[in-house]
Amino acid sequence: MAQVSMTVNGKAVSGEIDPRTLLVQYLRETLRLTGTHVGCDTSQCGACVVHLDGEAVKSCTVLALQCEGAHVLTIEGLANGSELHPMQAAFREHHGLQCGFCTPGMIMTAVDMVQRLGNELADKTIREELEGNLCRCTGYHNIVKSIAAGARDMAAAPMKQAAE
Amino acid sequence: MAANGTGIGARVPRLEDKRFITGRGRYTDDINRDGQLHASFLRSPHPHARIRSVDVAAAKAAPGVEAVYTGRDIRKFVPTSDDLTEEDVGGLICGWMIHSKDGSPMKAGAHPALAKDTVRYVGDHVAVVIAATLRQAQDAAELIAVDYEVLPAVVDTARAREPGQPEVHAGIANNTVYEWEIGNKAETEAAFARAAHVTRIDLTNNRLVPNPMEPRVAIGEFDPGEDSFTLHTTSQNPHVARLILSAFVGIAPEHKLRVVAPDVGGGFGSKIFVYAEEVVCLWAARRLKRPVKWTSDRSEAFLCDAHGRDHVTRAELATDADHRILGLRVHTTANLGAYLSTFASSVPTYLYATLLSGQYAIPAIHAEVDAVYTNTAPVDAYRGAGRPEATFVVERLMEVAARELGLDPVAFRRKNFVTTFPHQTPVIMNYDAGDYDAAMRKALELADQGGFPDRKRESQAKGRLRGLGYSAYIEACGIAPSQAVGSLGAGVGLWESAEVRVNPTGNIEVLTGSHSHGQGHETTFAQLVSERLGVPIDTVKIVHGDTDKVQFGMGTYGSRSGAVGMSAISKALEKIVAKGKKVAAHVREASESDLEFTDGKFQVAGTDKALGFAEMALQAYVAHKFNGSELEPGLKEGAFWDPTNFTFPAGVHVCEVEIDPETGVTTVARFTAVDDFGNVINPMIVEGQVHGGIAQGVGQAMLEGARYDESGQLVTASFMDYAMPRAGDLPHLEVGMTVTACPSNPLGMKGCGEAGAIAAPPAVINAITDALGHEDIAMPATPAAVWKAARRARLPMAAE
Repeated sequence: MAQVSMTVNGKAVSGEIDPRTLLVQYLRETLRLTGTHVGCDTSQCGACVVHLDGEAVKSCTVLALQCEGAHVLTIEGLANGSELHPMQAAFREHHGLQCGFCTPGMIMTAVDMVQRLGNELADKTIREELEGNLCRCTGYHNIVKSIAAGARDMAAAPMKQAAE
Repeated sequence: MAANGTGIGARVPRLEDKRFITGRGRYTDDINRDGQLHASFLRSPHPHARIRSVDVAAAKAAPGVEAVYTGRDIRKFVPTSDDLTEEDVGGLICGWMIHSKDGSPMKAGAHPALAKDTVRYVGDHVAVVIAATLRQAQDAAELIAVDYEVLPAVVDTARAREPGQPEVHAGIANNTVYEWEIGNKAETEAAFARAAHVTRIDLTNNRLVPNPMEPRVAIGEFDPGEDSFTLHTTSQNPHVARLILSAFVGIAPEHKLRVVAPDVGGGFGSKIFVYAEEVVCLWAARRLKRPVKWTSDRSEAFLCDAHGRDHVTRAELATDADHRILGLRVHTTANLGAYLSTFASSVPTYLYATLLSGQYAIPAIHAEVDAVYTNTAPVDAYRGAGRPEATFVVERLMEVAARELGLDPVAFRRKNFVTTFPHQTPVIMNYDAGDYDAAMRKALELADQGGFPDRKRESQAKGRLRGLGYSAYIEACGIAPSQAVGSLGAGVGLWESAEVRVNPTGNIEVLTGSHSHGQGHETTFAQLVSERLGVPIDTVKIVHGDTDKVQFGMGTYGSRSGAVGMSAISKALEKIVAKGKKVAAHVREASESDLEFTDGKFQVAGTDKALGFAEMALQAYVAHKFNGSELEPGLKEGAFWDPTNFTFPAGVHVCEVEIDPETGVTTVARFTAVDDFGNVINPMIVEGQVHGGIAQGVGQAMLEGARYDESGQLVTASFMDYAMPRAGDLPHLEVGMTVTACPSNPLGMKGCGEAGAIAAPPAVINAITDALGHEDIAMPATPAAVWKAARRARLPMAAE
C-alpha cells in the first residue's frame, strides 16, 4: 500500500491505496465520485476525462499515485454550487446527450478545448478535437452544437474558475 | 398546445439531463451494496474446445477469494435449504420458436450459464472467481488451470452448413438452426419466368458489435430472511429479465425476484437479453449470502455481448418491360453464433423477411433463410434488428436495377411505390398509412439534388469522385400485437403496461413498463401527461426500471416505447379523467354527464362551477363528500395496451459522398434524412434519435466490422481495432419530417429509434457505388476497400 494526497474538486483528500490504483478507480471507488465513467480499457473512449492541474486527461491512464499533490477537477466539481457551468447548460439546451454515459467526459473535454482554443470554435475544430471521445447515441451532431454554444457562453459569462 | 408549452409537439429540454450533466447519474456500476463481493469470469481463449479438467485450487487459496465456481457447481438449491440438488440451474433460453419449412422446430443447443464440458466461442464462460475486491478476483482468475482439448472451429457464415465442417453442437447436423421460408415460391418463380429483366446481387451484411458506451454490469443480492433476490442490472427490460430468470432459469420464483435497471448507458438491443453473468451473480449471492457484483470491461463486451447482423444474401428482382416490379427472390444465410440468444431466432426471420417488400408494390416474394451456428459470439437484435438487413437488400437491388435499366433511381422507385393504404404485402405485413412520395420530394429538396451536378463537377476538377445515393426504407415498429407475434412463434405477449398515480397534493407519478436508456422518456412521457391533464410538467414524475415499483412491463426495443408504452399511459390517463369527473360531480353536486374536462379543470357545463385538477385530486383522497359504497376514494389507474397492428415508419435518406481515389478516403459530404414517424411528441428528441441512428448506419457502411480470423479469434476486440464512428467521421446531418398519423394507436405515433440505422447503410453504399461507377464494394467501405475499388474502376484490367 502507498500513501497519496491530492485536492479533488477543491477538497483535500488523502489515504492509503494499492500502488496500481488508477486515478479513475480512486475517484470512483474510494471517493465515490461516480460521475467519471469507464467505457473502455484502451484509453479510447474518453468517458473518464477529468482535469489534472487544469488540463484534460484520461483518468484511466493515470495512476492515482502520479497525482500526488495535484489538483483534480471532476464533473461533480464543475458547477458553481447550483449554478450550472455554461458548458453543462449548453449540453442540456442543445440536446447534446442521450444516455448520459459519455457526457461527463465530453463536457470536461469541451471545457478544456475552450480553455486552449478560445471561445469561437469552428465545427471542424470541435470534431477534430473530439477524436478522443466516443459517443454511441447522438451521432455527435448535437454535441458539436452544444460545444460551439457553450464555448460562446463561457465568454459571455466568465465563471469564477470552479472550485479547484 | 396545452400547459405552458410543455405538451405534445414542444421541444422541451430534457428533465433527466440535470443528473447526467452534473455527474449525478446513477448507473449500475455506481451502485455498491453493503458486504459486496466482486466477480471476475475466466473466459475461453479457444473458439471450440472440450474442457478435460479445471483446477481451481490455487485460485481458491489466493488472497481475498471467497469462492470459485465452474459449470458443475451451478445447481439448483434444495427448496428452503442452502444445500444443492444434483439438478443444474436452467440454461439461457431463446424465446421465439421458429419452425423450418419441413415443420420441424428450430434446433436449440444447450446454453448453460457456465460451460460444463465444452466451450464454443472465444469468451465463453468457464469459471467465476468471487473475491473481496475486483483486483483480487482478477488476479485469482489467472491462477485457474484449465486443460482444454482444442477442437476444430467454424466461423464463416457462408460455409457453416457445408459438409465436413465441425459441429458447434454435437448432433445438430450441418450447424443448421432452421431452414425457414416466407412468401409464395410458385408465384415468385412464375414472376421471374415472365420477367423482362432480372437484377441479381450478392451481399454481405457485416457483423457489428453494438457497443453502448456503458458496459454491462450485474449485482446479485439475496435476503436470507425473506428468501428473496434482487438483481441490479443494465437491462432494457427488467420485467422480461425477471420472467426469464424465474420461469426458465429457475433462479427464484417471480414474486421473490426484484430486478432493477437504473440509469442505463445505451442499449441498442444488446441489453435486451438475459446473459450468463446475471444468472451467476444471483446464484452466487444466494450461495455466499453476500451481494456479488460484476462489471464488464470493454474487452469482455466485445467478446460476449450479443453481436448484430452477419448475413450472406443472394437477392434477385424481376421487372417487366414497363419497369414495374414483378417479383423478389431472396436467399439468406444468417449467422446466430455459438448459442441462441434471447430473441436471436426472430431477427433474421419475422423481423427481416417481412420487410422485404420495402416501400414497393411487389406482387410476389419468396425468401428463404437458413440460420447457422458458428464458433462466434451469439448474434441477436442490434438497432433495427433484421430491418436494416432487409432494407440493405431492397435498396441495393432498387439502385442496381435502376442503373442496369438506365433509369433514374428516384423515378424507378417512384414508379413502384405503394400509393394506396392499407396495403397487404406478400410477406405478412399490412401497411396502414404513409405517403412515400411526400418524403421523397422533401428529401430531394433538402438534399439539394438539383445542385448535385455542379458539386460533382467541382469534385472532378479537384480529381475527386462524387456520388449520390438513396434509400427509401420502411420498418415495422411498435412491436407488437400479441396475437400476431404469438401466431408467429413468440413466447410472450408484447403489450405494455402503465399506472398513473395522482397524489393528494395533485402531483403525478406515472409508472411505465418501458425503459429509458437514452431515449428521454422522463421528458416525453411527462409531456403527454402535461398535455392531457393540463398540469405543469414539473409536477409529473416518470418511474421506470424497477419491478418492485412498476407493476408489469415488456421494456424498450423495436421503437415501441411511444407507440405501445405511451398508448398504455394514454389509456390510464383516460381512466383518471373519467374518475376525476365522478369525484368532481360529487364535490360540485352536479351530474357526472354535465362535467367537461378542459384546460386542467373539471367544468360543469353551462355554469361557472369548476374544480381544478389538483383540488379534485385532494377531494379524491379526502373523500368527505362521497362514501365508499358509491365511489371509491383514491386516484390511481392502470392500463395495459396491446396494439392491433405494427406501426410502419418510413422515409427517404440521401447520402452524398466525395472520394479521393488516390487514397480511398471517403467523406460523407451531405446526409439528408426525411422520416415519417407519425405524430411526434418532442421534435428535438426525435431528431436526436435520427442523428444517432444515422451515425450507427454510416458506421456500418464505412467503418465497423467484427472480424473473426480463420482460427476463430476475434481480431476486432477493442476500440483500437474496431472502428467506432467518431465526430470527425460524420457530417452535419440534415433532418426533416413528414407526417401521416398511425391509425392503430391513440397517439398516431410510429416510432423513431431505429430509422437511421436502417436507412443509412444502403444510402451510403449507393452513393459510393454511384461515385465509383461500379457495384463491387462491400461494407464496411473502408479507405483501403474504396481505394482498391476506385483502382478497379479506372483500370478494369488491373483488378487486385
